[in-house]
Amino acid sequence: MASPSLMDTLFQRGLDDIIKGVRHQQSSTESIFISRVIEEIRREIKSTDLQTKSTALQKLTYLNSIHFIDMSWASFHAIECISSPTFSHKKIGYLAISQSFSESTPVILLISNQIRKDLKSGNEFEVSLALDCLSRIGTVDLCRDLASEVFILMSSSKVFIRKKAIGVVLRLFEKYPDAVRVCFKKLVESLEGSDSPIVSAVVGVFCELSAKDPRSYLPLAPEFYRILVDSKNNWVLIKVLKIFVKLAPLEPRLAKRLVEPICDHMRKTGAKSLVFECIRTVVTSFTEYESAMKLAAAKIREFLMEDDPNLKYLGLHAISIMAPKHLWAVLENKDVVIQSLSDEDPNIKLESLRLVMAMASESNLMETCRVLVNYALKSDPDFCNEILGSILSTCCQNVYEVIIDFDWYVSLLGEMSRIPNCKKGEEIENQLIDIGMRVKDVRPELVRIARDLLIDPALLGNPFLHRLLSAAAWVCGEYVEFSRNPVELMEALLQPRTSLLPSSIRTVYMQSAFKILIFCIHSYFLQKEDMTSEVSDLASKRQCSESSDLATGKALVQSDQDEGFNPRESNQSYEYPSVVDTGDGQSSTPTFMEKKSLMHESIVNLLNLMELVLSPLSGSLDVEIQERACNVLGFIELVQQEFSNPLIRKEANLDREEVIASRVVEWVHDVFTEELGPVSVTAQDRVPIPDELVLKENLTDLEAICGGVELPAPGSFSLTSPYYGESAVFSVSNLQAEEDSEPSTESTSLLTEHRKRHELYYLPSEKNIIPANDYPPANDPSSSINTNDATEDLVKLADQSLVSKRKPNHAKPRPVVVKLEEGEAAPVVSKKPELKDDLLSGAIHDILLGNEAKAASSQSNPSDKSSSKRKGKAKHVDLLDSKENLAVGEQPNHENPSSRRSKHRGDGKQKSKKSKGKKNGDGREDDGEKESQKIRDHHGRHKSRQRADAPINVVPQTPDIPDYLL
Amino acid sequence: MGIRFILMVNKQGQTRLAQYYEWLTLEERRALEGEIVRKCLARNDQQCSFVEHRNYKIVYRRYASLFFLVGVDNDENELAILEFIHLLVETMDRHFGNVCELDIMFHLEKAHFMLEEMVMNGCIVETSKCNILSPIQLMDKTS
Repeated sequence: MASPSLMDTLFQRGLDDIIKGVRHQQSSTESIFISRVIEEIRREIKSTDLQTKSTALQKLTYLNSIHFIDMSWASFHAIECISSPTFSHKKIGYLAISQSFSESTPVILLISNQIRKDLKSGNEFEVSLALDCLSRIGTVDLCRDLASEVFILMSSSKVFIRKKAIGVVLRLFEKYPDAVRVCFKKLVESLEGSDSPIVSAVVGVFCELSAKDPRSYLPLAPEFYRILVDSKNNWVLIKVLKIFVKLAPLEPRLAKRLVEPICDHMRKTGAKSLVFECIRTVVTSFTEYESAMKLAAAKIREFLMEDDPNLKYLGLHAISIMAPKHLWAVLENKDVVIQSLSDEDPNIKLESLRLVMAMASESNLMETCRVLVNYALKSDPDFCNEILGSILSTCCQNVYEVIIDFDWYVSLLGEMSRIPNCKKGEEIENQLIDIGMRVKDVRPELVRIARDLLIDPALLGNPFLHRLLSAAAWVCGEYVEFSRNPVELMEALLQPRTSLLPSSIRTVYMQSAFKILIFCIHSYFLQKEDMTSEVSDLASKRQCSESSDLATGKALVQSDQDEGFNPRESNQSYEYPSVVDTGDGQSSTPTFMEKKSLMHESIVNLLNLMELVLSPLSGSLDVEIQERACNVLGFIELVQQEFSNPLIRKEANLDREEVIASRVVEWVHDVFTEELGPVSVTAQDRVPIPDELVLKENLTDLEAICGGVELPAPGSFSLTSPYYGESAVFSVSNLQAEEDSEPSTESTSLLTEHRKRHELYYLPSEKNIIPANDYPPANDPSSSINTNDATEDLVKLADQSLVSKRKPNHAKPRPVVVKLEEGEAAPVVSKKPELKDDLLSGAIHDILLGNEAKAASSQSNPSDKSSSKRKGKAKHVDLLDSKENLAVGEQPNHENPSSRRSKHRGDGKQKSKKSKGKKNGDGREDDGEKESQKIRDHHGRHKSRQRADAPINVVPQTPDIPDYLL
Repeated sequence: MGIRFILMVNKQGQTRLAQYYEWLTLEERRALEGEIVRKCLARNDQQCSFVEHRNYKIVYRRYASLFFLVGVDNDENELAILEFIHLLVETMDRHFGNVCELDIMFHLEKAHFMLEEMVMNGCIVETSKCNILSPIQLMDKTS
């Protein structure tokens, strides 16, 4: 690009021109205009004339801040501007830098020297510019380099500068914790006085600092207390209250002293912001002070009565903080809360909803939910889902603690899923399955609800409900024995519209259908055993009609199935003579099962239906669907041989075939009827990781392949292939020979074996729970044969965790809810503070506890007091004098002798300067002594100013925190 | 970090001033401002001035055609921030005399300086109008 010409300099457009220019553009031409301006700026900014350069930078800064134009390329030019001797150029440069520099700006280190120069400048505005800039962009390096300059400015004679230097300290501490050793003392000293601008800045800094690590600032509590009592500045008071909210939980004795002044403020002040801060302080930290809570509640009531939506919102918010411990506050304001549910403001509605749910208890839950669900029907979609979400989360708290009537709750879940705007499918899904597993008594109702959901084809069209439907499908499959009409369920699961479901959920449908099929066939066999004699003469006739049924089914399959070609199918079809006849009437919705009269043909119909629906899916592109379809089809083929080849192979093979088929069915059935219990979420963590298992391996490639596939719902077993199914059968039948002692549970023997070995991760079956309402000892001697040391530890862990809680008796017996006490077992991960915070708090701790130790020792010897103050001062001088001390700053704090020595050195220098302070200190000291006598007389009723003095008998080094306010 | 950012936005949703106290990239700023403007400008006078957004709160107030939006941490005192906004407006009023959108547009730099006097590192450090304005007036005189 051409170098800037004289013309550019002479006729440069100013910022105002640009602003006007942009204003005159249409929105369509605006970007063109701006890009032209940028081009201009790029040319002008290269000018050697600082005036031109800074004007260009000014324009760029404007465009950056308002029109999001990148200005990172101009960072070097900004640095050139701040090095200009002219103040206006500097101003522009600093603004540009604070706005655009980040930690990663490459040239940021170049400004270190310029900032230092400006910090030392005689012009206070230049100093202030540099300080502002440092507070915005200070990096670790900058803060380290400039800490000492900032420290000097903290003692500047100009309030304007001192205030800003204090403002910068926060950034300094955050980036370069060692700065604490230099600046902290100064910062604490700045707390003196109560209404100067300095105090308001310092309190702001402490408020931020104490939010990160309150414990370190506990020793300063007396200072803050003094400000709380003395200050008239609401801004300062609010900040001090915020600090006390952080400190109060750490030192219980603080609360007693604070309650009175806070209540005082609450009564006297007219400023709503201060009142609110007092309320918030009381309701979060002083909940056990009844009178303060009452006062706060009264003030909240005032807020709620006002017309101002802001106050209403804050009032509701404050109540919701109180709610967990002081429900009376909510109940007192019930009218307002309920009324706010229909407020115009969604935020207020949300708050009141939370409160309504907080009021819900065992006794009024049903009524509350009924009202809310009705209200949800009328609300806008967002709020509707908020309501549903809060009902769901309230009800499932502490393993459905509030729910007594689970039948009601399950039907409520069903009702909620039918609300048109419902998007809570996932939560409802979880709860349906969870309740199914935990509460045995509710299962019949649960199956009924699930059936209602499944047979409604309309629900399939709503993608938000798909998850919910998968739960319904799972419930129907798992607890099919409670169903009145399994065939109806089967048809619902196989209805054509299931193609709308995502494949992961479709697999659940298929698996559930398989479970139902097994159940039906199994019950058929049971029934058949009962009445073999009666059946025999009808057999030939019935089987005849069956074969025709099957044939029609086959024919349909053949015609329907174009894409899913399966050679096995076509082979099979040869086995049946194609008789096109009757059958249609029979196959439609047979209603039976009511009286356990399971007909042969209905089984055949089921088999046909399944085969019809699943055979196209055996060619599905989705691996999971395909596999399941093949499994089920393989099974059907196996069973069909028994059901439908009567004429051809009847005499020779019937007995053996039937034996195999019924046995397979029985085994699979046993697997499916095995109780599935809830599993602790931490169970997986307790499994030791085998040595050869590589968990860190990069599996992203794999993710790309099976991206859409989700895990099937818990408890869906799958046989990997029909052939595997058969081989499994044989191996199990071998087992059977060995384990004759356990009749009819052969196939579950594998499962029980597994269970025995991993007892920990199973919940005990219901059988064990109901009589005892307690869990059997986890370290059962018979199971501990295989366990090694590690697992024994786990056993102990689990033992502790599996303590079941007894519920009080209710009028209506509450069903048993299986639960895991996870709170206790969950591995407590101690959150380590970040390294930086650690450093920071460590540094502060050193300084403050050093302080305290000295203060305590000086207390025991009153005349030493002033010298201890000087000592602190002297330490600063030392630190400033020698850089080494900065690096090993801890030493003087830990080793009292050395700091004592330094005190002596400092003595002479400091005496004259500090004489006034000393006098002050002495005066205070007397005060303090008087006060402490008073306190001993009537305990803690004075509010006058005191210094931070530890009780006399406190040993300096003890970690115990002295009572700072007494 | 009490205050995270201060925005001034007009009725049309155009940003007139943006001051951030934490580093955000241009894209993040653009996205954030868009979201906030959409959320807050749609609200009416009968609704409260506090909006929860992401993991923080926005306290906003409307003066004529200009919205003042302040993003704060969750435990910040909402009413105090409203007072802060009011203080800011009063301060600008005193300086510009009946401040309007154009004043802020054409004197963006000054508005930034006022904010710098009032807020450092996201902490409110100065709340007296005189103290805020005196350096600016002095600078005006000298330049």
